[in-house]
Amino acid sequence: MNGSSVLRKNSLKNVLSILESRLFSSASEATFETKPFKLHKLENGPNTNVTLSREDALKYYTQMQTIRRIETSAGNLYKEKIVRGFCHLYSGQEACAVGMKAVFRDTDSIITAYRAHGWTYLMGVDPFGVLAELTGRKGGNARGKGGSMHMYAKNFYGGNGIVGAQVPLGAGIAFAAKYNKTGGVCFTLYGDGASNQGQVFEAYNMSKLWNLPCVFVCENNGYGMGTSAERSSASITFYSRGDYIPGIWVDGMDVLAVREASRFAIDYCSSGKGPLVMETATYRYSGHSMSDPGTSYRTRDEIQEVRQTRDPITSFKEKIIGANLVNIDELKEIDKEVKAQIDDAVKKAKTDTEVPLADLAGDIYSKPLETTIRGVTPFKNLEHIRIGPAVNLN
Amino acid sequence: MHAINKYSLFNVSKKLCGCFKYASHFVYHPEQISNKFGKTNKKNMYQAINEAMDLVLSKDSNSVVFGEDVGFGGVFRCTSGLRDRYGKDRVFNTPLCEQGIIGFGIGLAVAGTTAIAEIQFADYMFPAFDQLVNEAAKYRYRSGNLFDCGKLTVRTPCSAVGHGALYHSQSPESFYAHSPGLKIVIPRGAHKAKGLLLSCIRDPNPCIFFEPKMMYRLAVDDVPDDDYEFPLGKADVLIKGRDITLIGWGTQVHVLLEVAEIANKDFGISCEVIDLVTILPWDKQTVANSVKKTGRVIVSHEAPLTGGFGAEIAASIQEECFLYLESPIRRVTGYDTPFPHVFEQFYLPNKWKCLQAVKELVNY
Repeated sequence: MNGSSVLRKNSLKNVLSILESRLFSSASEATFETKPFKLHKLENGPNTNVTLSREDALKYYTQMQTIRRIETSAGNLYKEKIVRGFCHLYSGQEACAVGMKAVFRDTDSIITAYRAHGWTYLMGVDPFGVLAELTGRKGGNARGKGGSMHMYAKNFYGGNGIVGAQVPLGAGIAFAAKYNKTGGVCFTLYGDGASNQGQVFEAYNMSKLWNLPCVFVCENNGYGMGTSAERSSASITFYSRGDYIPGIWVDGMDVLAVREASRFAIDYCSSGKGPLVMETATYRYSGHSMSDPGTSYRTRDEIQEVRQTRDPITSFKEKIIGANLVNIDELKEIDKEVKAQIDDAVKKAKTDTEVPLADLAGDIYSKPLETTIRGVTPFKNLEHIRIGPAVNLN
Repeated sequence: MHAINKYSLFNVSKKLCGCFKYASHFVYHPEQISNKFGKTNKKNMYQAINEAMDLVLSKDSNSVVFGEDVGFGGVFRCTSGLRDRYGKDRVFNTPLCEQGIIGFGIGLAVAGTTAIAEIQFADYMFPAFDQLVNEAAKYRYRSGNLFDCGKLTVRTPCSAVGHGALYHSQSPESFYAHSPGLKIVIPRGAHKAKGLLLSCIRDPNPCIFFEPKMMYRLAVDDVPDDDYEFPLGKADVLIKGRDITLIGWGTQVHVLLEVAEIANKDFGISCEVIDLVTILPWDKQTVANSVKKTGRVIVSHEAPLTGGFGAEIAASIQEECFLYLESPIRRVTGYDTPFPHVFEQFYLPNKWKCLQAVKELVNY
């Protein structure tokens, strides 16, 4: 009796709030205050007072939801053993990628580590291309040959399987941008774990020495595999670890804060001042990879607390509804569309054609001197083939 | 009795494989154990490795175990429970910095501490290549034997696992085999792993201990509970034969054992199967003795053909056994491609490729 009256009361409340949001969601723009940025060797930082248009609100929400859905599906496909190999999920960190991408210009580029599914989608590959790469099918972004960690797009120099190995590459990409005067900036992403690799410091030095337009982004999700940042790093102020390179700390759970910091970083680096370090404080909900349940080195309560209080999607949703930029129905509609789109992509990724055996000997060299690939009996006649031209040079 | 049981089990599993998809590309051949080393218990390879480290930590108070996430057992559970038993001063996590881990281990070892370092995957060890090749391997030589880092042992999982793709499947043993001063060992299962790891840890030279990761759970042997060692640099002749010698190491030994069984049963070909066990320094004598007897030889490894350790063995055999050879020396290996994700089953030198080579050489 009591229960049903509560139900009725709640549904009434829902109806009212829907009506309310319909009636009042007419704002085309709203302003928000981000958490303060922390600065290292910088006089001024990004603006904490940010403006958001209704159009952008809908875009960021859609993008973050799409990434979350892709990751949930990837996790499920892995559990069904349809995705094999290694698989690292980005759930919880969506605001970092979406915030950075929001201010990318055509000339800016990005290179990241192995949590690459979301970035691949943001850089222009449709969810099917991401999921089919995971299932090792022909329609996959790298024709099924890379798998989870190795996806690419224009200006996206890929996911990378070796911890920290992409960081010096980022410095090289930034040098090329400077040398060719494209005006572009390279966002070079790594995690709190990788921040202790020696090559990160080698890349810092080269970038500052030559004042390269490189933004070193340390996505600090709190754990390098199974070891917390505090237990692996002598200094956990990752934004100051470039020493002679200025740095910014940003709330990586707030897409708008990341956007503002990235806008600042692009301005800074493309004005010839050299590199910048940007730490995005974020959190990953899943384990390091699919073989890590993610609960042996942190409590379930901790994960639950982040989900409830700092989730990048939920908090953004509340923010934009609260500011009357959008109404809840619109967001529900987006949720529905995203779900349908990803479900469809999953279905296609499961049934897409397998990669032909000939691809085993494809694209090892650009122009091999020997046209057959040395191998073993009895199948020794593998012909080296060139499957496609590289997109990065076009 | 044991042999009969094993054989009938093998037949059953062969029949089952007709209906089910193969979980792996080989059939594990458990060790035939004597009770030479005392009481045994069924253990898989990660448990055997865990026991070896447990023994060292308990007997040698100046020994430590470290690496990425080893504090709570490591990805493959090899260090499970050790931190609880020996404390976090002796079993500890390192940051993700392979070059640092190995350099740190060399420092510990040169100062007299038994250092057991884990690199999470052999594919991740290349940032530490300089430390291993230029520091660890040459410390003794360049100091005129005043200093050495022989107390260093580096454990690392290697080889195919069924779905490891580019960076979790490689067999990089031949890269390190080019560095005099190092010892390189690869066990074929649980029983060998425990004894060999103990030997590596106690050997007065820096050792790299490659653990075929497919074996961690799959390889179950009767493993002695006690402390025991196997000599390094000594190959094992697992099956004696007349017609052809098959040489492999790690997982590939089990492929070759099955090939020998099929060749014998279906074609009446008598194969001698050798597990090289130690890649550096390798047991040239056992190999040469065998080849002089059989006159034919296949070397098989998962690593690519060109520059694989099979090349070194083949070159030595032609030098030592030239007049005894009845056919060319054949290598059956992975292709000269990066380790492929979706093509793993095509890439691997499986039993059919090896068997084909056996037939070709015998009919040469």
